[in-house]
Amino acid sequence: MDYAVTVDQLSKTFGTFTAVDHISLTVDYGEIFGFLGANGAGKTTAIRMLCGLLRPTSGTGTVNGFDVNRQYEKIKPSIGYMSQKFSLYGDLTGRENLRFYGAVYGLSNSRLKDRIAELTAMLELTEFIDRLTGPLPVGWRQRIALAAAIIHRPRIIFLDEPTGGVDPVFRRRFWEILYSLADEGVTLFVTTHYMDEAEFCRRISIMHQGKIVVMGPPRQLVAAHGLPNLQETFIHLIAERPVDG
Amino acid sequence: MSVVEVTGLSKRYQTLTAVDGLNLSVEAGEIVAVVGPDGAGKTSLFRALCGLIAFDTGSAVVAGMDVRTDMERIKPLLGYMPQNFSLYPDLSVEENLQFYGGLFGVPKDRYAALKERLYRFSGLAPFGGRRAGNLSGGMKQKLALSCALIHEPKVLVLDEPTTGVDPLSRRQFWDILLSLRRDGATIIVATPYMDEVALADRAVFMHLGRKLAEGTPEELRRRYRGRIFRLAVDPTAEQMTRLAGIEGAAPYRFGAEVHLYTPADMTADRVRERLAACGLTTPVEPIAAGLEDVFIQLMGAQ
Repeated sequence: MDYAVTVDQLSKTFGTFTAVDHISLTVDYGEIFGFLGANGAGKTTAIRMLCGLLRPTSGTGTVNGFDVNRQYEKIKPSIGYMSQKFSLYGDLTGRENLRFYGAVYGLSNSRLKDRIAELTAMLELTEFIDRLTGPLPVGWRQRIALAAAIIHRPRIIFLDEPTGGVDPVFRRRFWEILYSLADEGVTLFVTTHYMDEAEFCRRISIMHQGKIVVMGPPRQLVAAHGLPNLQETFIHLIAERPVDG
Repeated sequence: MSVVEVTGLSKRYQTLTAVDGLNLSVEAGEIVAVVGPDGAGKTSLFRALCGLIAFDTGSAVVAGMDVRTDMERIKPLLGYMPQNFSLYPDLSVEENLQFYGGLFGVPKDRYAALKERLYRFSGLAPFGGRRAGNLSGGMKQKLALSCALIHEPKVLVLDEPTTGVDPLSRRQFWDILLSLRRDGATIIVATPYMDEVALADRAVFMHLGRKLAEGTPEELRRRYRGRIFRLAVDPTAEQMTRLAGIEGAAPYRFGAEVHLYTPADMTADRVRERLAACGLTTPVEPIAAGLEDVFIQLMGAQ
């Protein structure tokens, strides 16, 4: 079976601090996977290892079939990464930003032109693509950041809190776009603190102090704990464990 | 008795009208949540209330005093937590509290008791010696709130204090707000999370500098026009296309199911009939509109 992501006993320590502690998971192609956890639980460290930006201390994994320990240089061009602090160049227009990222990924000028036109239509950016991104409202900036993250048609996209600070109308539309990407077979690996968004995922995992505490379809997890919703389930699962600042 | 009274407040930046003739009245001991997209005018409103920006027209009165003329007397009553609160990352938790205590002129003999109280609220005591820069996101926000509370303000103005904070830390943050309210504090708090809005006494929805709606969370939920049905349909692209064909109804995916938004006169039976016409036999369950549904509908009507 061909998986988008496989991880087995993956760990990362910084000195005496264990940021990621033997996590294991698999994600299918075309799946929307919600990677949840408290602040400081180790999500961003784990994602950085999966994106080939950080070497694991121990454990194994593959992303798009590439080994996270040995083939990390091949992982980078094969995935898209949109982080909570994704920096578009504020003094460039949306189009100039997309050209820049397209060039970084080695797209030819003619392919890039077509791709920008396609993304502009898909993400409804026509009105904004030729404006400087700096002064744009957060919601539009985030859509352009998504366009930049998928400019090279990656089969897996890592989204680290993509909707932080975005209003409900934008969030709902953003998720429709994510669903249409998933329909095309793209894998979405998403972190979020909005529990309603977590319910948009096919499966989620909840991480606490470097470990994955539970994993499964959101409604199944809620039912298994007999709580009214995912928010209460999350709080219950994390609160019963000791907290370390 | 109203503690904050904003009347016809407007604030323009060149061609942009950030706040547009806004009225807002907040009673003593009330938590009012302010919700609005980027650019709704929340931050301008909060800054105007705290005397940090001049506004063009209207008035803002806090505890009976005009913010334009009486700010020096209002300041000791106000606790303001801006969106990007600057803690000193190189100072410890305790040193940050000390610094803000000094800044607000907290008497030395009062400081120890205040610190203990804030530690009790925040659970930060075990981390007193830790550098603020090494705290998790949720802990940082609790420290920032503690710093804004060090001079025992009666009115708190909190600009998105929990954005980017995980659900457990947000719940703990709101536990602190609720206990401050029990002690008589009045709180105005901006948040993007509707679960927090549900915990407030009242909420104000804002858009483009104006008020879209105002009321208790329950009153706001009742503002929804239309019905929502939960369909146990596997939301494949093909199914979504079929559902979109149902006249007057808008299907949205919610994870492993679909929510169908319809006009108010739709019934579950009619939804079933129409689904059957599309070749779908699936459980249909009416569900209540949430605050977010109301917000989206009101914004869409603009």
